[in-house]
Amino acid sequence: MNRLSMKGMLGSFALIGAVVAVSAGAFAYTAGWLSPNRLTPAKLVAALAPPGGPALGHRRNHAKGICFTGEFDANSNGVELSRAQVFTRGQYPVLGRFNLGTADPDAPDSTVRIRGMGLQITTPDGDVWRSAMIDAPVFPVSTPEEFYGLLKALGSKDPDAVTNFAAAHPEFATFGGWAGKAPWTASYAEEPFNSLDAFTFTNAAGAEHAVRWSLLPQAQVIPITQSDLARLGPNYLEQEIAERVAKAPQRWTMVLTVADPGDQTSDPSKAWPTNRRTVTAGTLVVQRIEQERDGPCRDINFDPTILPRGISVSDDPFPAARSAAYARSYNLRTAEASDYPYHVKTASGAQQ
Amino acid sequence: MNGDRFTPLQRLLHWVMALCILSMLFIGVGFASTVTPKYLPLVATHKTLGIAILVLALIRLAVRIRYGAPALPASLPEPMRLAAQLSHYALYALMIGMPLLGWGMMSAADYPVVLLGNIRLPRILPLNDTLHSVLWDAHYYLAFAFYAVILMHIAAALFHALVLRDGVFQSMAPEPARTKVAAAE
Repeated sequence: MNRLSMKGMLGSFALIGAVVAVSAGAFAYTAGWLSPNRLTPAKLVAALAPPGGPALGHRRNHAKGICFTGEFDANSNGVELSRAQVFTRGQYPVLGRFNLGTADPDAPDSTVRIRGMGLQITTPDGDVWRSAMIDAPVFPVSTPEEFYGLLKALGSKDPDAVTNFAAAHPEFATFGGWAGKAPWTASYAEEPFNSLDAFTFTNAAGAEHAVRWSLLPQAQVIPITQSDLARLGPNYLEQEIAERVAKAPQRWTMVLTVADPGDQTSDPSKAWPTNRRTVTAGTLVVQRIEQERDGPCRDINFDPTILPRGISVSDDPFPAARSAAYARSYNLRTAEASDYPYHVKTASGAQQ
Repeated sequence: MNGDRFTPLQRLLHWVMALCILSMLFIGVGFASTVTPKYLPLVATHKTLGIAILVLALIRLAVRIRYGAPALPASLPEPMRLAAQLSHYALYALMIGMPLLGWGMMSAADYPVVLLGNIRLPRILPLNDTLHSVLWDAHYYLAFAFYAVILMHIAAALFHALVLRDGVFQSMAPEPARTKVAAAE
């Protein structure tokens, strides 16, 4: 054994200390602890919370919703675009959720402009396709960072924050125009639901196409004013869809819109030209409505990056950001299960 | 037991796994702190590395049971001997436990478990929010404990290599066995 001089010993301890300190620092940097400006899933999700804090046990956005089950009836037209089994002729089980784009699970229906659908289609080959769509034709902003900026503006005490945000983000005008002018409806069954994000579809020959999809309602759309919707009651949409589906299954046509070569695919705030080719891939049939609290959709994360073989993410940055944020929301709410109202809330004074 | 070094297979497993586990831990804290497009490939790599580590750890455990380990030097004080033994139990438990916790928490959330190359693994637990939450917490907090144990392990290895110079570091050193160390240095 070789003896170390005192100086050599001190040098050795200094080296060991330095190795440990640098390693710990690198870990802390990677974890974002040294980068307060990094947009993390935690920050993005926290920005969704209303002023009084999030509704514990609930999704951090699209918190108000109701479950459904049914099937997707594929007509095999989609096979030319994707090798996913879901497009081959057949019926595949569906689990989904109608929802309102709000962080408040008790928000009155007429106060929420955006309506959404979470959808899961499973196929016998074991693949799962999940998506989370909304009725707006475009997303409000171009990037996840701008979405965070929008959330901060919406939560700001400055009354001009949203106006200033819109002025600085001209792409917001398309969404803003839809939100201001598009007719409201009194039924989830009358709403279209759009992927907004572009995904890459790969067919059996390996050919790739950028695709956005929509579920277009087969029910007749009956416009209603926001104030008339308010008069129908705060939870009318859930009552209505339950009654409507109890009478007859409700259907949506799945339309795949294919980008032309050269179309941008990274910005969901910009629609593609209206003459783009479309493929009608099948019909979503909603057969049964179940309350969320005991329903099969409650513990499902409709992460739009859970995709079957034959569909993958494109250069659109949102699916990755949504996946990260949805996972954060899921982790938070599953840890708060004891706060979730499993049984109908008894409003004070109301009869149960 | 053999001589004063681990077998070449054990040393190979150790250093390959060291690389995998350090990558794994950095990828883990990295993807959890970003919403950029690299989030998705990082998560896919994390799951793939996790399963690779699980398989390698089980092989390594079997090899360890079969071939054992060189004895610690008799000169090593008892507290250090105990620390060495406990930290190695902890490392084996974490190498095997962490991938299972990750796989289990994915399963309990009903997430499909898809590795790089579109390899699909079965779910090992039913959908259950409480179970997911418990497993997720364990996976998260044990990751930091794992990194802390690794830092102690590295510090101890360097202490053996630089200060004690008692052959413990050499027993797992990556280079092939040298002819006897020069007498004087």
